[in-house]
Amino acid sequence: MKSPASPKSEHAAVNRVAHGRRLHPWPVRIMHWINAATMLVMITSGWGIYDDDVVIRGLHFGQAWRLGDWAAWSLNWHFAGMWFLTLNGIAYLTYGFLTGRFRERLLPIRLTDILHTIAETLRLQIAHEDLTVYNAVQKSLYILVIVAGASQVVTGLAIWKPVQFSGLVSLLGGFQAARLIHFAGMTVIVGFLIVHVALAVLVPQTLWAMLSGGPRLPRASVRRMGSEP
Amino acid sequence: MRSRVRPNDFSSAGAFELHRPLIKSLERRGLLRAGLSLGALTLLTGCDVKRPEAVEAALLAISRMNDGVQALLFDPNHLAPTYPEAMILRPPKFNAYYDVMDVKPVDGSTWRLELAGLIAEKRPWTLPDLQAMPQRSMVIRHVCVEGWDYIGGWTGVPLRSFLERVGADLSAKYVAFKTADDYPSSIDMATALHPQTLLALQYGGDTLADPFGYPVRLRMATKLGYKNPKWVTAIEVTNTYPGGYWEKLGFPWFGGI
Repeated sequence: MKSPASPKSEHAAVNRVAHGRRLHPWPVRIMHWINAATMLVMITSGWGIYDDDVVIRGLHFGQAWRLGDWAAWSLNWHFAGMWFLTLNGIAYLTYGFLTGRFRERLLPIRLTDILHTIAETLRLQIAHEDLTVYNAVQKSLYILVIVAGASQVVTGLAIWKPVQFSGLVSLLGGFQAARLIHFAGMTVIVGFLIVHVALAVLVPQTLWAMLSGGPRLPRASVRRMGSEP
Repeated sequence: MRSRVRPNDFSSAGAFELHRPLIKSLERRGLLRAGLSLGALTLLTGCDVKRPEAVEAALLAISRMNDGVQALLFDPNHLAPTYPEAMILRPPKFNAYYDVMDVKPVDGSTWRLELAGLIAEKRPWTLPDLQAMPQRSMVIRHVCVEGWDYIGGWTGVPLRSFLERVGADLSAKYVAFKTADDYPSSIDMATALHPQTLLALQYGGDTLADPFGYPVRLRMATKLGYKNPKWVTAIEVTNTYPGGYWEKLGFPWFGGI
């Protein structure tokens, strides 16, 4: 059915806005929520495994925090979750690099911007009017948590197969060092998670955006940002 | 309409008030007993409210798939790192499903190794028979599924040469073990044939001590600690999945490292 004639310029404007990509296209949203569920499984089942031989003396995780009623089932959860984490993670990294999303959303990061954002945050001025632009601290944290997630897969592989991948274990500084790095990676991710969830609760539009896709990005801005190095 | 089973006149509210503390205490006891029964049920079935059967079945299915992946990752020609003898921990770490005080020593002079399944010569072996076989030593890392590890030095008969000697079917899938401490265990044939898989008779150059499996235990450089049964009394070569003590309780069967 033909729509009634409209001025060409207005039609172009509508086209420009309405046909732009969403802030979070559907593949990102699906991968985000798979990752969210998987991370919770990996963290809490990891705590269940951890508790039989602690990395930090005196630090235990109570039963209420553990997935799996004892070590065998925590292990089974962990070794099931690892496939979701790894495959979903590979899909996310591939998507992020191929579509230019990482470059578009996470770069560039300038040190002055980071200092500026920290100063603003300390003065309790958290800018969140525009969801489509991440500040420098956000960008750094997202990069940090992506690297930590990838690191967990690598150190996890080393702990799972220290003989088959003995070269990797030596590279990490030995079996117990690999465990320690795996534990540190968990700490980084849990730290991120706390800040991430707290901010999503403070600024609920961000949570809604990760469910519905969020505002559409103006095409011009996509092109401009996409062309940056 | 009034129910037939209900008494015609209720006790007065005053009587209830009089006995309130007693009723409360009975209620509490009932609750406590219900809680205990639920706990007992959990122990009996090995099930948990937090672990519904469907979830358990899914996790076990993935664990079996992981066994297959682990078998694929296992490289029969890849040797585990070895270490200098000076690094051997003396004595080694004790671990079992019971306390070290509950170890029941085995008499080496009457001990026999029974053979069963797809093996040509099923004559039982004595300790001197095994001691007469060519021995091999290895200083390897013991990795426990819990996360701890130590360096141990083991000497004994390579399981491969033993299986060849007794005419075992080396194309069979599993090698199963029975032990004096009722700790059944089993491994894949590829691992059984790995050069760092021993029927160990010695630790650090000395005869195995009682808590560590005297007279004979299995010691593999390519599997987690719980896959290494101590006080071995029987070996069976089979194509039927034999399982094991911890495996029956949910731990992964392959347990490779």
